[in-house]
Amino acid sequence: MSFKIVVKRLLFFVLVVWAASTIVFFIPRLSSRNAIRERFGELARTGGFSPGDIEKMIASMQQQFGLDKPIFEQYWQYLGNIMRLDFGYSLSKYPTTATEVIAQALPWTIGLLLVTTVLSFVMGTLLGAVAAWPKAPGWLRSLATPFILLTGVPPVIMGILLLFFIGFRLKWLPLGGAYSAGIVPTWSWSFFLDLMQHQILPALALILGSVGGWVLSMRGMGITIQGEDYVNFAEHKGLTGGRIFRDYYLRNALLPQVTGLALALGTVITSAVIVEGIFGLPGIGTALNLAIRANDFPVIYGIVIFITIAIAALMTILEFVYPLLDPRIREN
Amino acid sequence: MANITMVSPSPTISQPSNVVLFFRYLRRNKGLALGVIILVALFLFTVIGLLVVNPKHAYPLSAGLKQPPSLKYPFGTDFFGRDLLAAMVVGMWQTAFIGLLAGGIGTLVGVVLGFTSAYFGGWIDAAVRTVCQILTPIPVLLIQVVVAGSLDKRDVTIFTMALIVAMLAWMGPTLVIRAQVMTMKERQFVAVAKLSGVSDMGIIFREILPNLLPFIAAAFVGQVFSAVFASFYLAVLGLGPLREPLLGNIIWAAQSQGAFFNGWWWWPLEPAFAMILILGALALVNMGLDELANPRVRRSE
Repeated sequence: MSFKIVVKRLLFFVLVVWAASTIVFFIPRLSSRNAIRERFGELARTGGFSPGDIEKMIASMQQQFGLDKPIFEQYWQYLGNIMRLDFGYSLSKYPTTATEVIAQALPWTIGLLLVTTVLSFVMGTLLGAVAAWPKAPGWLRSLATPFILLTGVPPVIMGILLLFFIGFRLKWLPLGGAYSAGIVPTWSWSFFLDLMQHQILPALALILGSVGGWVLSMRGMGITIQGEDYVNFAEHKGLTGGRIFRDYYLRNALLPQVTGLALALGTVITSAVIVEGIFGLPGIGTALNLAIRANDFPVIYGIVIFITIAIAALMTILEFVYPLLDPRIREN
Repeated sequence: MANITMVSPSPTISQPSNVVLFFRYLRRNKGLALGVIILVALFLFTVIGLLVVNPKHAYPLSAGLKQPPSLKYPFGTDFFGRDLLAAMVVGMWQTAFIGLLAGGIGTLVGVVLGFTSAYFGGWIDAAVRTVCQILTPIPVLLIQVVVAGSLDKRDVTIFTMALIVAMLAWMGPTLVIRAQVMTMKERQFVAVAKLSGVSDMGIIFREILPNLLPFIAAAFVGQVFSAVFASFYLAVLGLGPLREPLLGNIIWAAQSQGAFFNGWWWWPLEPAFAMILILGALALVNMGLDELANPRVRRSE
């Protein structure tokens, strides 16, 4: 891969992040809503400050957030802050910064996302390959069908159905939260088991709905590959079925599948965020939910920009992985 | 010499009407048929429901609180005293409104941009393509969260919901239509039309557009699907018009009140099933139309 392509990809990454940050900067400023005023309005209702004090506090806050400066100066400062991943202070948990809120929530989300995405990608690809493989036993091939039927169900709804049938009716698994109420987080085996129990339903909600997509794309590709001359040739050379399956079949479908993964990242991450909210796991989704309820704009915008950066970065990384997967790209 | 009588071959070849042809096609394309049947059923449910049910019962304090499904309230009532049957009817109608409006706007913008960009090429094409490429990796839902969150709560209505959803949903159809126009404008009939002096607009509207109608229809259904999906997600996050009984709002409210913890299972479950029916039907129709528009995708079995 030439130097020029690397620069081009990195430039694209910067452009995507810049576009997202610019949208997030200008849209709230087009609306008449003043986050600081609203926040203090709430405080005034509960705290009983005098109106004069409130006005002074608002003015000093405006100054601290730099909202009294001309808009382009604000914009430059804002872009600089984003480069340092500084999204400002949380309005509802004041001394905490939005970045700290994100950092606390992040490990939960990464754990859930990593496990579910890898599992559903691997399962879907294998099931799809088997479904298109004429020599596979019938029961194995039909295993793919239920997953294909489930693709239409959004993960959130899958979550609610799982909560109803497994959590509410059968009472096998808990109805939400990260761990049982009353348990103190410790590094113990029992706490770990409890933690895992709470993760099963959200993970299932994400996996069940997404396996079908990978099955469909892999099966489609598998059917095309079977007609290819090199597969016929390999068969006539007398290679074993397993060898053809692995080296001639899966190997060639890998690149389009990984491209599909890069394209699906946005959907995968947003669904995970919303599913977390439904199950009340303390990840980014719940942080976003709480921020929306509390009108905590720096946190909302911080989460939005952070996720965009993460997605753009992952896509760029996957683009750099292509040449490792496909020698044809390496040579060009 | 024998008299040879010419028996004229019967000139009337009965050409079945378009409706009959459509039904024959549906018999082959089972997925499309199933999707259409579900959509028709949902349509009937909504229309009959709007006639029978008092829409006011879809709003708080119109019925007893937290009643499980019974003869009086076949779908039960919720924590705020909404009759869920009425809420489903109104919510379904609102979902359809958002989907059709946002899907229509998205498709229209996509068709216009796709046509201009592919037909005229040059810097317009480069600009449209670059903007689409840069915007595509940005998760649309999150931008919609920013827009909906920045609006005053009173300004969030069913109508603004549709606009928010439509605002960032035109990239997909633009790229699809652009690709189709690109191949179409190299075809011979377009070249003939050009040589015979048909104007650009004439070529676009009379030569290319009619050939693209199946693609535009498929793009439209796809847009309706993603609009319904996006507005549902926004509502589940609590960014919808909170007073309205949108399906996502009902789920949001049920989750915030801990419906499962408290045993009010019917409350979140009903909108969930309704959503599965809507999205499933739209997905089936979309796949079916793809097959219609793109005969090469025909199933391999």
